[in-house]
Amino acid sequence: MRRHQACGTADHAFHRRAFLRNSLAGGGAALGMGHLLCGVPAIAAPFQARQKRVLNVFLHGGVSQLETWDPKPNTDTGGPFRAIPTSVPGTHICELLPHTAKQMHHLSIIRSLDTKNSDHGRGVVEMTTGHKRIVGSNLPHLGAVTAKALLPDDFPLPGHILVRSSPGKRNVESEHHDAAYLGPRFTNMAIFDGKPPNSIARPEGLSEQADLRRNGLRQRFNDRFAGRRRTADSEAYGFSFDQARDLMERGEVFDLTRESAADQERYGTSEFGKHCLLARRLIEHGVPYVQVNHADYDTHHENFNFHIEQLGEFDQPFANLVADLADRGLLEDTLICVMSEFGRTPKINKTYGRDHWGKAWSVVMGGAGIQPGAVIGSTNDNGTEVVDRVVDHGDVFHTILQAVGVDTRDNFDVGGRSFPIADPAKGPISELLA
Amino acid sequence: MSEAEPTAEPPAEPFRVEVAVEFKHSRPLTCCHWEPLSRYVFFGAEDHLVHRYDLADGTVISLAHHDSWVRDFASSPDGATVYSAGFDGVVACWPIAGESPQPLRVIPAHDGWVRAVAASACGKFLATCGNDRLVKLWDAADGRLIREYSGHEHHVYNVIFLPDSSQLVSCDLKGFVRAWQVDSEHSKPLATVAQLHDYDTTFRADIGGARGIAVHPDGGLVGLGGITKVTNAFAGVGDVAVALVHTDSGEVVRVLESKEAVKGTIWGVAYHPGGYWVGVSAGGGGGWLHFWDGQNDHEFAKVKLKFDGRGMSLSPDLNRIAVAHADSHLRIHELTDQRPATPPAG
Repeated sequence: MRRHQACGTADHAFHRRAFLRNSLAGGGAALGMGHLLCGVPAIAAPFQARQKRVLNVFLHGGVSQLETWDPKPNTDTGGPFRAIPTSVPGTHICELLPHTAKQMHHLSIIRSLDTKNSDHGRGVVEMTTGHKRIVGSNLPHLGAVTAKALLPDDFPLPGHILVRSSPGKRNVESEHHDAAYLGPRFTNMAIFDGKPPNSIARPEGLSEQADLRRNGLRQRFNDRFAGRRRTADSEAYGFSFDQARDLMERGEVFDLTRESAADQERYGTSEFGKHCLLARRLIEHGVPYVQVNHADYDTHHENFNFHIEQLGEFDQPFANLVADLADRGLLEDTLICVMSEFGRTPKINKTYGRDHWGKAWSVVMGGAGIQPGAVIGSTNDNGTEVVDRVVDHGDVFHTILQAVGVDTRDNFDVGGRSFPIADPAKGPISELLA
Repeated sequence: MSEAEPTAEPPAEPFRVEVAVEFKHSRPLTCCHWEPLSRYVFFGAEDHLVHRYDLADGTVISLAHHDSWVRDFASSPDGATVYSAGFDGVVACWPIAGESPQPLRVIPAHDGWVRAVAASACGKFLATCGNDRLVKLWDAADGRLIREYSGHEHHVYNVIFLPDSSQLVSCDLKGFVRAWQVDSEHSKPLATVAQLHDYDTTFRADIGGARGIAVHPDGGLVGLGGITKVTNAFAGVGDVAVALVHTDSGEVVRVLESKEAVKGTIWGVAYHPGGYWVGVSAGGGGGWLHFWDGQNDHEFAKVKLKFDGRGMSLSPDLNRIAVAHADSHLRIHELTDQRPATPPAG
């Protein structure tokens, strides 16, 4: 008789898949997580939305709002760059984004974030969970929430994919990229350096037949073990192998060489360019949440030189991505967001740097019914304060999710406990939502 | 073996540097330039104006044309014209004197920032460099483009003429130094000054380039000022440095550093005919004037400034140094060389 240490639900099955995703990504973060699975019952599905997606571009370190979305040329804080017109009459952005400027009719700018924070780690957590960070608590990442809401039951790929550079010393983001009480099914699968997940290809020297024989043997051992001592851990391990095989069969999803030479050239050879092309590919394959990180913008020294360098890498691939999603009809169902953990100080320091600044900065959104071409809120003449329509991370979180059809006033029901999907004290930026 | 001759003790401070003039502007300064006839010091700031400080009466007039900050200046040798280079990609040519100068001409010089402008000693040419990776040679008389030099693969940070006006030397973000013939398209890669470039693997960004440039009067060496040994590009944690490059062989003859490893960047360099290189620095270590004899790696004198310096210019009489400060001040320092008439050997 089969014993059900694991709850046996579809959710449970996906928990085990998450183990595999992390293994494939080389993270191994889910090792030993099986014991967590038993206590996670099926979560009520309060969502109506399907077939929507979120593409979040996270500019790590804190991109300068003055060198991007809220330029203040010829003021004491403005820096040396000029403002340029965009495809939206009357809306100007920094001259460092000439290609993005041509796509602004697909996007909207929120120029009035006041998140009252200048700490990197806290900023990452707050922008990606929509809540104030509380020491000791662990809230699900936007990617996990989105995946929970939008991931079809039979979807063969992970629902929450993070595309980033290899972790370096500054790995603040990955610490807070988990699914918390939503369970490891919705934890991110990370892809590094534009390459497919580690070990996705069958090892050289292992023939397909040998691979099948090995898997058959493993399956027999597994079944024999499960028949006597079935545990959540053993189920998780078994399912991990199953999903590994699923992913290995779909390795082409991560293979940029399948894109046309023209597209590969358009997106360029930079790592971020490749990541944007990969993001397009993942969105086309229906992955509900894709986050592309670009680093680094923590420019305490020579802010202007470094923003030329970093935004020079960002601008054209990002603009191509927006244009391509629009051209292919995907933007109607794909919410694009460009965020950071905070902005940068209007005051320019003695080494031409800008420091951390959460008091008045900007985020960009578009697609999925977000009103295109809008500018929400404003700052004063030199960008030191928000003067109209103050919003924060909580409001942005509500807005992203509502744009893809999630009722953010609802709750997650986890083991009989109710967890608000988003901070009940906040709400969506309603004028952005169609 | 002859008995060593007694030598006088060198003074405790080889240089006495005193602030003689202090002018407070409304914005932090970006650069300064002492014009050849010593009537004015021009400076740029975090505004869109060219500022002219009158050394006789201390008044300042501000000239509008640029659409961004002014990064550099040069003058015609006769003291008639000053050239301002802006982050708007433009070089504006102004009469130096007069109550209310207007641009004589405006040269749309580069796509992106103009990072430096230089005037030839013969008075015939201007040279510019910029973020479009180009070096350009202009006719100083009419602003006509004479030649466009391509070869750099990164932003070109600085350019200078050799004293005989026959060649240009330029340096880019990655410390690649190139020499260009004024009278032909000929150019050659001169040197790679690896000490003036780092790629920060944590922040994934390049830092480097020649923030200051100067040439020895005999044309044999060019001094390139910047930052070296960078451990954190985005916080500017590195040491000041001036690389001396032989203009013929391309050999990096010496990299001048600070004895106590002053954290920061050299933002201005000059060669003083008294036989030493001067650099001004800004950064975590504060503002300093560094004095190197060129024979030793470390400076023989170093003077703390009131604040970080973003540019400097020697007076034509060689006794004063103007410094553009990040605390919105233009300060003119009087320089007294207290070294023995013949410096001790070594």
